[in-house]
Amino acid sequence: MNDTVQSFDIKAIRAQFPILGEKIRGKDLVFLDSAASAQKPRAVIDAMVHAMERQYANIHRGLHWMSERTTEAYEMARDAAARLLNANDRSEIVFVRNSTEAINLLAHSYGRGILKPGQAVLISGMEHHSNIVPWQMLRDSHGIELRVAPITDAGELDMAGTEALLADGRVGLVAITHMSNVLGTYTPAERLVALAHQYGAKIFFDGSQAVVHRRVDVQALGADFYCFTGHKLYGPTGIGVLWGRRELLDAMPPFLGGGDMISSVAYERSTWADVPHKFEAGTPAIIEGIGLNAAIEFVEAIGYPAIAAHEAALTDHALSKLSAIEGITIIGRAQDRGGVISFALDRAHAHDVATLLDRQGIAVRAGQHCAEPLMRRLGLDSTARASFGIYTTNEEIDALADTLGRIREFFA
Amino acid sequence: MFEDVRDLYNAAILERGRRPRHMGKLQAFDATAKGDNPMCGDRVTVWVKFAPGGTIAETGFDARGCEISKASADLMVEAVQGRSPADTKAMFERFRAMAQSGECPACAGFEPLKPLAAVHAYPSRVKCATLPWHALVAALDGAANATSES
Ligand SMILES: Cc1ncc(COP(=O)(O)O)c(C=O)c1O
Repeated sequence: MNDTVQSFDIKAIRAQFPILGEKIRGKDLVFLDSAASAQKPRAVIDAMVHAMERQYANIHRGLHWMSERTTEAYEMARDAAARLLNANDRSEIVFVRNSTEAINLLAHSYGRGILKPGQAVLISGMEHHSNIVPWQMLRDSHGIELRVAPITDAGELDMAGTEALLADGRVGLVAITHMSNVLGTYTPAERLVALAHQYGAKIFFDGSQAVVHRRVDVQALGADFYCFTGHKLYGPTGIGVLWGRRELLDAMPPFLGGGDMISSVAYERSTWADVPHKFEAGTPAIIEGIGLNAAIEFVEAIGYPAIAAHEAALTDHALSKLSAIEGITIIGRAQDRGGVISFALDRAHAHDVATLLDRQGIAVRAGQHCAEPLMRRLGLDSTARASFGIYTTNEEIDALADTLGRIREFFA
Repeated sequence: MFEDVRDLYNAAILERGRRPRHMGKLQAFDATAKGDNPMCGDRVTVWVKFAPGGTIAETGFDARGCEISKASADLMVEAVQGRSPADTKAMFERFRAMAQSGECPACAGFEPLKPLAAVHAYPSRVKCATLPWHALVAALDGAANATSES
């Protein structure tokens, strides 16, 4: 395994992503939308194809060779996810469809099963809709108060305001992003864990964006729950992970009911399987799990020191290049921030910017980024967003900056 | 660099998008509705005043969004002037068909809206062009809100 920054060979990395060779209307694809979903390396594609061609059956239930081999391959993903997050035990890794399902599972099982009416859940002012709506549903059905920690104009968490909302000790769970998908802000995870625990709350991190760029060690962090979604981590869609501390997961009731999640079923009463299977009803995303395993191995082979250094270098380069464009506003100026950059041009609306960039083969996102309340807080209707992956190059950022300058002239 | 987008970002659209002629709330109006595309953040409000015979006497709008949605709203105001609500809705159907296909076979008197036909080559932008129409039809139907995202 390569763990040195020096070993980062961008050409070799790009060569592993077949899609990066595609042309868009005759132009090289410049893919700056990895925060929405990342591209897939050959290893992931091959692992999934291999499973379907050579090694596929339902898992956990067949007594035959194919089922046993497929079960082994699928369960390797659980080991890989446990390594990735440094979970204490593989049984703490619950497979879900994506981050959205992870949060719904938590809101349902921890929210309804463990939290008591009158307690509160604390989110922040920079959450993705998926870390807002499940808590609203919990609030409305279960008498849980929903609190929102304020953010500053720079796009950082207001820590004094956050602490004030914890002070009365009624918050049972803090559910907060580890990295904003709009502002690129990393939240101060260690300090948040300390604060939450000081006031008697458990803490969950939405790691959808963070885990792509930074080493996450849930034990060192002292978190209680953590989630990520496979497709942003160079893996397939349809698979994600909820990690929780074993004793917390043990105490929680199941989420969905059905096959695979039971120990025994009778009409009078059924009993649940052990964690994690208690939370994994029905035939899971088998092929996707195998793909996720390959994605995690891909990330491990490059190593987080190199990944994080690459992201930091790209972000610095992009911030200085983009800031030099006349009439641009970069949204969010957090001290600790990563490779997700939202911006607005004075003369052109984000949609028009995205359309014109697209005509040059440059893919960015434009809109509200599934974060309407955050956009409202910032007084914006819509932004364009460039986001970086392991395969992003400085030249691509230069192409973005250069084209943005020309777009501004176009709308002069 | 951007010659290939001149089909959509043509002179008429850029002119209307940047300097809309009919932007602004009507002092007095009979109907109003909001169009909202929450995914992309476009918003438009439309106000309509009817003539005694029930035709559209005047339309005003306020739009926060891209050039395409603003230009479409501005051109729409002129296109529906003097039309009955039924006529306006029929026009919307033909406009929507044009935005989706680029073709407009039965579109006599449609010239002012033609600059938007090229939007069909930009599938993710069709909803920008149709949003003001959705809002207008909502207003005519007495509804408060509309969207073109679903
Ligand atoms: C911060 C954050 N949380 C949650 C999600 C939801 O991920 P998914 O759509 O895979 O459930 C996303 C991605 O869109 C995200 O960026």
